Amino acid sequence: MPQNEYMEMHRKRYGRRLDHEERIRKKEAREAHRNSEMSKKLQGIRAKLFHKQRFKEKVAMKKTIAAHEEKDSRARVAPDSTAAMPHYLLDREGVSRAKVLSNTVKQKRKEKAGKWSVPIPKVKPIADDEMFNIIKTGKKQNKAWKRMITKVTFVGEGFTRKPPKYERFIRPMALRHKKAHVTHPELQATFCLDIIGVKKNPSSTMYTQLGVITKGTVIEVNVSDLGLVTPAGKVVWGKYAQVTNNPEMDNCINAVLLV
Amino acid sequence: MSASTEQLETLVRELRKAAGAAAEDEDSQPYGFYLGERELGASLGATLAAAGVEAEGTIELRFHPLSVFRVAPVTRCTDTLFGHTAPVLHTAFSPDGRLLASCGGDCTVRLWDALASLPRHTCTGHSSHVLCAAFSPDGLRFASADREGEIRVWDAATGRLVCRPMTRHKQWVTALAWEPLHAGAAPGERLASSSRDGSVKVWSARNGRMLFSLSGHSGPVEAVRWGGAGLVYTASRDRTVLVFKVGDGPDARGEVVRRLTGHSHRVNALALSSDFVCRTGGMHFGAAFASAGRRAAAPEPMPSAKTAAAVVAAAAAAVAGGTTPAAADPAAPVEYTPFHPCPRAMVDAAKAKWEEFRAGAGEERLLSCSDDATLILWKPESADRPVARLTGHQQAVNHIAFSPDGRLAASAGFDKKVRLWDGFSGRLLTTMHGHVGAVYMVAWAPDSRFLASASKDSTAKVWRVEKGFRGRALHTLNGHADEVFALDWSPAGDRVATGSKDRTMKMWQH
Repeated sequence: MPQNEYMEMHRKRYGRRLDHEERIRKKEAREAHRNSEMSKKLQGIRAKLFHKQRFKEKVAMKKTIAAHEEKDSRARVAPDSTAAMPHYLLDREGVSRAKVLSNTVKQKRKEKAGKWSVPIPKVKPIADDEMFNIIKTGKKQNKAWKRMITKVTFVGEGFTRKPPKYERFIRPMALRHKKAHVTHPELQATFCLDIIGVKKNPSSTMYTQLGVITKGTVIEVNVSDLGLVTPAGKVVWGKYAQVTNNPEMDNCINAVLLV
Repeated sequence: MSASTEQLETLVRELRKAAGAAAEDEDSQPYGFYLGERELGASLGATLAAAGVEAEGTIELRFHPLSVFRVAPVTRCTDTLFGHTAPVLHTAFSPDGRLLASCGGDCTVRLWDALASLPRHTCTGHSSHVLCAAFSPDGLRFASADREGEIRVWDAATGRLVCRPMTRHKQWVTALAWEPLHAGAAPGERLASSSRDGSVKVWSARNGRMLFSLSGHSGPVEAVRWGGAGLVYTASRDRTVLVFKVGDGPDARGEVVRRLTGHSHRVNALALSSDFVCRTGGMHFGAAFASAGRRAAAPEPMPSAKTAAAVVAAAAAAVAGGTTPAAADPAAPVEYTPFHPCPRAMVDAAKAKWEEFRAGAGEERLLSCSDDATLILWKPESADRPVARLTGHQQAVNHIAFSPDGRLAASAGFDKKVRLWDGFSGRLLTTMHGHVGAVYMVAWAPDSRFLASASKDSTAKVWRVEKGFRGRALHTLNGHADEVFALDWSPAGDRVATGSKDRTMKMWQH
């Protein structure tokens, strides 16, 4: 390891060798030859790394060239017709159009077949012993009818517990969630929305009733602040979304809106 | 004291007849009555009690004639006009209500037969989103302007260009305004356009030449109106409204006569009490002018053999491929339809109507609305101080319109409300709740008794504005799948057209 800037110091004092520029030029000129030789010669992981690097460089170069060409030609780009706005909305700052959802999305849904196709069609079934912890009760700890749910749950606003002694299913406070991060698939925008309820847990109807949220569960979310309206001009406030992650692992609920 | 409005009407009719008005005109003429600034309800006594006026003493009542005819409110969608492949951004009826122009994000202007709801012409040639369209007051031509600042004037009968495109604007055009028929030396020829580049330019539709430019604004110009008294009003993002006096003749220029300041944020739109008169002055919707009206809708030019052949070829191409020849062969030289001057009878009719309006309503009143959530009422011909500042909206006001008789004004705000104002004093009459999204536009029925509003919530609503029925939507025109951007009520009164982001137009009728 060099301990000081002695190379720079030397260069400052005595200058570069006289044929420095020439050597650099030649080295650069031979670079292509060296690369092609390497790409033929290398094998295994080194070849993989090398080609990956070269691919990246080529992509970057092509992009740069395209950008320059666009700048030079001043080509007329056909206007994006879907982004057309009347003049009174053209210059409105602060109105994020991504936030304002469009009902054209509904039309797209009509064009698509299969109304009930969901983003995650197949879900791994969850066994009871994974879902529940058996809690032993009784003075001798010999009764085993109490269950604790080990997954994330949604518990509605107006829920009142049974007396704890008789509560069969315990839904731990730490695993209760009220909000979900819902992505709109067309807009690629994500919103943090309130959960209204659990519509369907594909593993079991009992889980649906208990409000268990696992991967693939369809939940109902409150979309009122997205500004969706029905064709009759009423505000839409509840929409379904499917959970895409394992909430119990991530401690958050990610979902995709079903449109 | 217990006199009803009908009894007062009878009284006024008798007085007018005694003063020499034609008897048959008077018998069917309804009147609206005002006590100070308050409009009379069912009976005089109730209004006096509400106003807290002592019954002892002299009270002064003003009366205003209401329109003789009554428009039936639209209730249902009769036709959906497909054709645009992108959101419809603006729509306008021709002054006689027979044609409808719509323009959209697909860079085309489409001309529809409003009575049959069938497509007439597709005008291609713009290279960007077409933002606004405006029919000339004689109905022979219409202009369209796009996002790149290009303005094209089309012949309403053939759907072809009248003159070469006007390309002096550097940024998009926000509004177009034709000179009223009665005002200029060359009726139906001059056109003003306001642009985001801060300029307002006046063009000749005869040859596509820019006549002069109106400068004075330091920000983008949002709206332009050409008033009946030879004044051009422009509203800008620089918070001012300018009044230009525009001369006649070949070397005419425009100069600023007034600078109306009062708004504290960008000014969004303007409305004139004479808008309706200037728009439809040359038209007559009865039998008397039927021939002139028909000529207006479909003028018979004397086509040279070449033009006629081109028209036939165009029709054939349109039938065969569903495209216009311009789209099929862009390299072909463009044929211009010759400029048809406005018929003399139409100009005379417009002049007569203008005189009548001047005698009845006096000077023009101007309303401007702004992002500061207020409207300001001006009398720009005589003063540069506001008559009234109209407060009530809670968010930016996007659009305003005077009722055709100038008695009322309606405003559409981003706060989801439509508000109704007194057109003389600027008093807030009522707030119309009902929309669940921002309201974009309002349009009046020609008899000033109904109002339509278009909103972001994908509906349009029809409101009744007669005294005693205000505040509730009469009908909700639902059917669009997305925001309603464009709205117009036919000057003939029988139909309403809406254009939406869902790429369709809808026609609504009673």
